Amino acid sequence: MNDMTILKPQGGAKGPGRQAVKLAEAIIEIVSDSGEGAQRCGQSLGSIAAKMGNGVWTVEIIPAEIQPPARSVAGASGNRVRIGSRPVSNGGDEADLVVAFNEQVLLGRVNAGELKPGCIILLESMWRDDSDAAVARSYVGTYERLVKAGYRVHEIPMERECLRLVADARRGKNMFALGMLCSIYSLDRQLAREQIAIAFAKKDAKVVKTNTDLFEAGWTWAADNLEFRFAIPAVKAKEPQLVINGNTALALGVLASGMEICAMYPITPATSVSHYLSEVFERVGGVIHQAEDEIAACTFAIGASYAGKCAVTVTSGPGFSLKQEAIGLAVMAEIPLVVINVQRGGPSTGQPTKGEQGDLLTAIYGSHGDAPKVVLAPSTIEDCFYSVITARRIAELFNMVVVVLSDANLATGQQPFLRPQFSADWLAAPVDQSALPKDAKPYDWDAVTGLARRFVPGQPGGMHTLTGLAHDRDSHVAYDPKSNEDGLRSRSLKLAALQKTLKLPKLFGEESGDLLVIGWGSTRGAIEEGVERLRAEGHKVSSLQLQFLQPMASGLKEVMQRFRKVMTVECNWSDNPADQLINEDNRRYSALATMLRARYLVDVDCWTEVRGRPIKPGVVAEALRARLRALT
Amino acid sequence: MTLEADCPLKMYEEHHDLADYQSGVPRWCSGCGDNAILTAMQRLCRDHNLRPEKTAFISGIGCSSRLPHYMRAYGFHSIHGRALPVAEGVKMARPDLDVFVVTGDGDCCSIGSAHWIHALRYNMNLTVVLHDNHVYGLTKKQASPTSPRGLKSNTTPRGAYLEALNPLTVTLGVQNVSFVAQAVDWIPETLYDILDAAFRHRGLSFVRVIQRCSEFLPKLFDPWLRDPQKVQLLTHEGALKPSAGLAAVYKNQLDHDPADMNRAREIASLEDPIPVGILYRNPDVPCYEDLRLSDKVRNAETIRAGLEAEFDRFTVWPGGKRTQRGRAQGGNADDANGSDG
Repeated sequence: MNDMTILKPQGGAKGPGRQAVKLAEAIIEIVSDSGEGAQRCGQSLGSIAAKMGNGVWTVEIIPAEIQPPARSVAGASGNRVRIGSRPVSNGGDEADLVVAFNEQVLLGRVNAGELKPGCIILLESMWRDDSDAAVARSYVGTYERLVKAGYRVHEIPMERECLRLVADARRGKNMFALGMLCSIYSLDRQLAREQIAIAFAKKDAKVVKTNTDLFEAGWTWAADNLEFRFAIPAVKAKEPQLVINGNTALALGVLASGMEICAMYPITPATSVSHYLSEVFERVGGVIHQAEDEIAACTFAIGASYAGKCAVTVTSGPGFSLKQEAIGLAVMAEIPLVVINVQRGGPSTGQPTKGEQGDLLTAIYGSHGDAPKVVLAPSTIEDCFYSVITARRIAELFNMVVVVLSDANLATGQQPFLRPQFSADWLAAPVDQSALPKDAKPYDWDAVTGLARRFVPGQPGGMHTLTGLAHDRDSHVAYDPKSNEDGLRSRSLKLAALQKTLKLPKLFGEESGDLLVIGWGSTRGAIEEGVERLRAEGHKVSSLQLQFLQPMASGLKEVMQRFRKVMTVECNWSDNPADQLINEDNRRYSALATMLRARYLVDVDCWTEVRGRPIKPGVVAEALRARLRALT
Repeated sequence: MTLEADCPLKMYEEHHDLADYQSGVPRWCSGCGDNAILTAMQRLCRDHNLRPEKTAFISGIGCSSRLPHYMRAYGFHSIHGRALPVAEGVKMARPDLDVFVVTGDGDCCSIGSAHWIHALRYNMNLTVVLHDNHVYGLTKKQASPTSPRGLKSNTTPRGAYLEALNPLTVTLGVQNVSFVAQAVDWIPETLYDILDAAFRHRGLSFVRVIQRCSEFLPKLFDPWLRDPQKVQLLTHEGALKPSAGLAAVYKNQLDHDPADMNRAREIASLEDPIPVGILYRNPDVPCYEDLRLSDKVRNAETIRAGLEAEFDRFTVWPGGKRTQRGRAQGGNADDANGSDG
């Protein structure tokens, strides 16, 4: 099958005997039209590398439409996979190598600035001879421009090679590409075969065989025809690791928290949490309810929680807005509730498939009136799992609404982490059906903590009517000034009671210095890598990733005071002081910076990006350098 | 009150009287039809000897939605329009509870209408009472979806523009509907009998009660009150059977088999005379909670086992120990862009 004539010889030793160049890491992208399977290829690549013990982070490249037009710049669909010798915490900077099934989707990535100068491009060559002259022209033109721009473009006859094995190369080219990539990066061939069997576990053996053959063909083709080969040495983990994305981690967290009911309405990018739960929740006696709308999903969960079984509702931005009145009801009636918001770009429909951290202030201040609730944000895939367990516990201990803020970047990012050890402490206590003492009051607020024992239907002696109206300790509707203030004070005090139990997370870097970067949520990896680079350059920079955004742990002010300058790095909007009209009188700060400035009276600066993609460590590093320059 | 019974296994047998279900003094206007519904509801609880702690009344917002406050049971006076999904959550979590839903024409047929339609489709075992007084009372006289065309209100000073929505035809148009009945507040006997039949029905029983608002529409139903012929009682063996006394007054009767959906839809369309009785009943429609709840024992061990099995699917073992089943990525089954084979 080696048809050497089609090769564009680049010189150098080819063939299986060539030496692999050792790399500390590589960023690989594979892009195709929607439906050509680039995502499966990328995810499989990530899984194989993770199983070898490499650090891995995968980022989905998703067009907004299910079937965008073929060969379109906006239609690029696929995956970015960052593979490292060490643990990898984010998608990294620009790509080292890109596999593209046509030149248009490749252009999408080039135009977005996602390729390193001199990046290796493995480009499907079939378009050169396309019967449509315009297509062929476009291909040749693009090819020549890319070569001229210094990219190392290799034309690969993927279609032709695949057609030797399958009738429709469109369904299969992805496994050919996987074979090439595994060969190029010296991944374990046997592990890869097993991964293909897993990826197609739901299909019959013939499908697995075909895809394995395509993989082998890709491997062989690359080994015989490409002059470069790399290896990213891996350190095998000593403990079992889970390799999942953030949404699967959230869903497993729901299972592990002992919650029994999840109510949802389909919304991107949260829905895959529910897809996975729909598959597995019933096996542990759970129910996932697809409600008629977001409001019904939230109120259904509230009903279940009221009846004694703390429930969860999962949503994204627009759904989170719709749930706000119901969230206020849960706050007012003191019903435990977990709300998971997998944030996307906003406002309005915004960017459904893209990540953003725009919902922090809505999560804290949302719903009318004073509606105190707990807000926490996982910052790794592992965190996504544990944060749901934590959220359920807090919700039930304090009879509060707990909002878990994930985002699209965590949702689809994959990263190995230590397999959790099950603990029965994760689970909810059984529903309390013991009789209540005579004259027990459903809102017998503790004067110090604001806490009151929750009465659950079925408990003799606890009959009362819960209401969203202002109420007194007997749960009677009350309009008198004292009762209203009593209730508001007690609901607020619960946050303080929780706050007393919180510990500030560990600083990344030294305890003091010139610049402290504070972040929250999915930006952790990029921030810490950026900080690491600056520290390597000799700068005194540290960072702190907050887990609890409401309430915030004590000690933050003291930490901030040990640095000359404090700033946040966030994935949400903030005004740029360089804009003509912007000055200190009108500059709108990012969400966390706004919170920190208001709470601690510290002059917290911010740097933010809302480009609909994960923040890159290199971009963070550059932003920090600029702030440091201004300091001196 | 509690009496010791003879059987040692059955330690207590509880008997309840009306007072056991009463709480507070209703703050409805005098002459309000809600009072009649409350009384019928308390009687129903007593006659079925419902344990107050195992009974839940869920309401939305509006005059009618105050009802849970006047019942001695667990109550949840929630937010406008959302009584049904709250009640569904309660029922799903706790099928052991008897759950009643109290709603009004604004709550159910306007702001909560999406939930209304879907609740019928879920057909959970709930008793739903629509207090339909044809007007917004709590917010002081605005037109509601069931207000008759031409009704002068604060939002329609020159008369309501649209024909009234008919809750009966709407419910009977929804797939999975299993019980639809209509009562009027001024015939307590049938009101009670209908609520009783609704409670006994397994599935979502929807009872529309035509109810007078003494404050804002005091004369709206006068013609029907004055002329019993303008009310048509729907009777049937095994359904509604009026007492001799009632039958003597309400002579306009129609034998209607509630199993007959087509006839039910015709009757539902009648505006005058008002049909009173059970329009439709189908005990064979499955309840959503029965379809969804598993009979598996759920405890720490089953959750642990389920979780470990899922972990196994995604675990990378050190030293080459490998999982046999599962697939590479969880939650990616939805991957619309990579569904190749």
